[in-house]
Amino acid sequence: MVLAAKKLRAIGVLGLNERNTDFIMRLNPRRLFPRVDDKVLTKELALAAGMAVPDLYGVIAHQAEARNFAAMVGDRSSFVIKPARGSGGDGILVVIGRNQHKRDSFRLSNGMLISEGEILHHISNIVGGQYSLSGNRDKALIEYCVRFDPTFAEVSYQGVPDIRVVVYRGYPAMAMVRLPTRASDGKANLHQGAVGVGVDISTGKTLNGVLDDVVVEEHPDTGALVADLQIPHWDFILESSARGYDVTGLGYLGVDMVIDNDRGPLILEMNARPGLNIQIANCAGLSNRVRRIDEIYDSSATPEMRAAIARQEFPA
Amino acid sequence: MKHGYVYGLAALLSVIGLSVFFYKWQVLGFPLTEDQEKPVWTIESAISFDSGPGSIKVQLHVPTLTPGFRMLNENSVSRGYGFSLNYGSGGREAQWAIRRADGEQRIYYRISVYEDDSVDESDTTPPFPPLPVINEPMNTAVEVLVDDVNDHSADTASFTTELLRRMNDPSPDPNVELLLSDVSMDSDFVDVVTMLLASARIPARIVHGFPLAGRQRSATLVSWLEVHDGDRWLYFNPATGEENLPDRFLVWWRGNEPLVSIEGGSKIQVEFAIQENHVDAVAIAERQVAQRGASAVDFSLYSLPIRTQAVYGVLLMIPIGALIMVIMRNIVGIDAFGTFMPVLIALAFRETKLFWGLILFTLLVTLGLTIRFLLDRLRLLLVPRLSAVLIVVVMLMLFISMTSHRMGMETGLSVALFPMVIIAMTIERMSVVWEERGPADAIRGGLGSLVVAVAAYTFMGMTWLEHLIFTFPELLLIILASVILMGRYTGYRLTELRRFKELARG
Repeated sequence: MVLAAKKLRAIGVLGLNERNTDFIMRLNPRRLFPRVDDKVLTKELALAAGMAVPDLYGVIAHQAEARNFAAMVGDRSSFVIKPARGSGGDGILVVIGRNQHKRDSFRLSNGMLISEGEILHHISNIVGGQYSLSGNRDKALIEYCVRFDPTFAEVSYQGVPDIRVVVYRGYPAMAMVRLPTRASDGKANLHQGAVGVGVDISTGKTLNGVLDDVVVEEHPDTGALVADLQIPHWDFILESSARGYDVTGLGYLGVDMVIDNDRGPLILEMNARPGLNIQIANCAGLSNRVRRIDEIYDSSATPEMRAAIARQEFPA
Repeated sequence: MKHGYVYGLAALLSVIGLSVFFYKWQVLGFPLTEDQEKPVWTIESAISFDSGPGSIKVQLHVPTLTPGFRMLNENSVSRGYGFSLNYGSGGREAQWAIRRADGEQRIYYRISVYEDDSVDESDTTPPFPPLPVINEPMNTAVEVLVDDVNDHSADTASFTTELLRRMNDPSPDPNVELLLSDVSMDSDFVDVVTMLLASARIPARIVHGFPLAGRQRSATLVSWLEVHDGDRWLYFNPATGEENLPDRFLVWWRGNEPLVSIEGGSKIQVEFAIQENHVDAVAIAERQVAQRGASAVDFSLYSLPIRTQAVYGVLLMIPIGALIMVIMRNIVGIDAFGTFMPVLIALAFRETKLFWGLILFTLLVTLGLTIRFLLDRLRLLLVPRLSAVLIVVVMLMLFISMTSHRMGMETGLSVALFPMVIIAMTIERMSVVWEERGPADAIRGGLGSLVVAVAAYTFMGMTWLEHLIFTFPELLLIILASVILMGRYTGYRLTELRRFKELARG
């Protein structure tokens, strides 16, 4: 057991305790948490910094406002409902279509049909705080549903694949693509059974994947190989995530992005407590990269410079 | 650096906790284990006499300075007599007085003592004794003997030994023979020795007492010789001249005054009986704290009312549970619902016992979950739904209690001890996890909670640990220190070793 711990230490694997004490507590002051925990606020900040985000259709902050839902959605046939303070992708409803004749019947990304009443119940659950981090009252966001880029079409089962970049003190340190599976119910969350695929920071090409902490080479549902896919707009993705540091002030940050077919990479959300599975997906430890960033840290570097340095420093 | 503060604080807390602990353990004698008992000897002196026509006054020498022993308590049983304790020239004296009494009288004095090596002689250094006035021909014999012994010795101790050797010689020289011509009892013999030592300007006195061993129905007083060498009192066996004191020798009184004296009565007799008991060491330590007035460290919980003590006996185990919780979470890495839910479940297990506790808990959560899923169909808002689950949990508890009572299984009644709000929250959390992450995660979380609860129960149920914390509450500081230290633990959790095993292989 001690031997295994020593080996992990040598590879530079970051553990939960170390992440919590040395990274989150040291680099992420509590007062900055609302900037990423409240997705409405994150969106405002990102927009102000000139970053691309999915359009916001409306926010429902009280039970009574739920009746505005139909007006917010209008005639759109696809949209996403998510809690402003949700965690781990819980409580997100992706609507991708509408019954042509009965307009109050919606089709979810997993193919199920859902009535407007059920959607309203889901919204009131969100507002009541069922999915919020602390169980407090929450807001429900209704926003643009990303039509995702065909790059990952072969290796996704429904849902939206997203790209997670872990940014340490403004420098992109590690990245992975999260691919939804049948088990994850279309959600791009590794806890729920999504596949995590490591990304070579310097090239933007995918590496091997990880499913439930085990390395995999192909997607469990589609059977396609997950490695060696080129992520489009990689430069822009790295720069945007590096800019996430300037927007939030958080030294240990996870930036989640999606690539929209029409609009290119969009920032979905940011996370002050990014998980550690990214290490398994990349078959590499975070600690070594973090130590390297501490060495080359330059407080005057622009996000573009930091992204460029990360590309140099962290080849797979 | 912040690390420094953490280590400093932890060290400070541990030092305070440990030093108070050691003081109470080593100096005040609080026992480490619960059933630790100390032998306590009760010596009863029964005084019997015939009453005279008028008022009666009885005086008895009682123990004053008792090296190696500490007094637990003393009392007198004497119907109708006025009783008082005074200091006389030879130490403490018990005095009984009565205006008139008829026939044969019996009064008792009882003292209980226990061994304590830390009790030493705090007697004052005596002045040099005045030269005794001795008549001829004794005086010459004394002078010759003292001079001769003086020539054959180096210091007080060797002088005494040499003197005693000559006095005990089976074929004594004529001087000794002359001096011992009037001696009939042991104490007379010691009197003569004391007189000889006084001629050599050596302070000496006779001590009377008992070697305490087991139970004696009529103990006989043993006379011993005490000699002061300028620094401290030395003890000599008058019959051999050896410098020692019998094992467990309790000094009853010193000097050559009679043990007991009476005015207004006759035929006075004293008999001693010794009884050995075993008394809880905590009780002795408590008394010792009270006698010393060591109130600064008297955080003792034994001074609280019994009912409150019972409450704290349980409450003080919660930090142990919290410590186990921290270890399970941050070192082992087991997921559990709620931060302290397992500790509270473990508390409930104390009452239900483990087997029934597990069964009742599982039953309650399973039934609660089923009903929670039924409630889900009603699409209730969060807080009303939580309240509904809480009410259902209360009703389920009632139902389980009633059913088990009907079936004659009284253990089922203890289900009421489970913290129902906590269980309702657990059911809610578990059902959300069940929906969001699937049954596997929910059941894993539930089992994790149970594993932590069982671990906490195991430690919280250790009676020796409970006694230790209850007797030495300052140990909580050490638990606090270790929790603080673990708050800075940045190593891997045990479960992470498995989680990252793919990385370790690569």
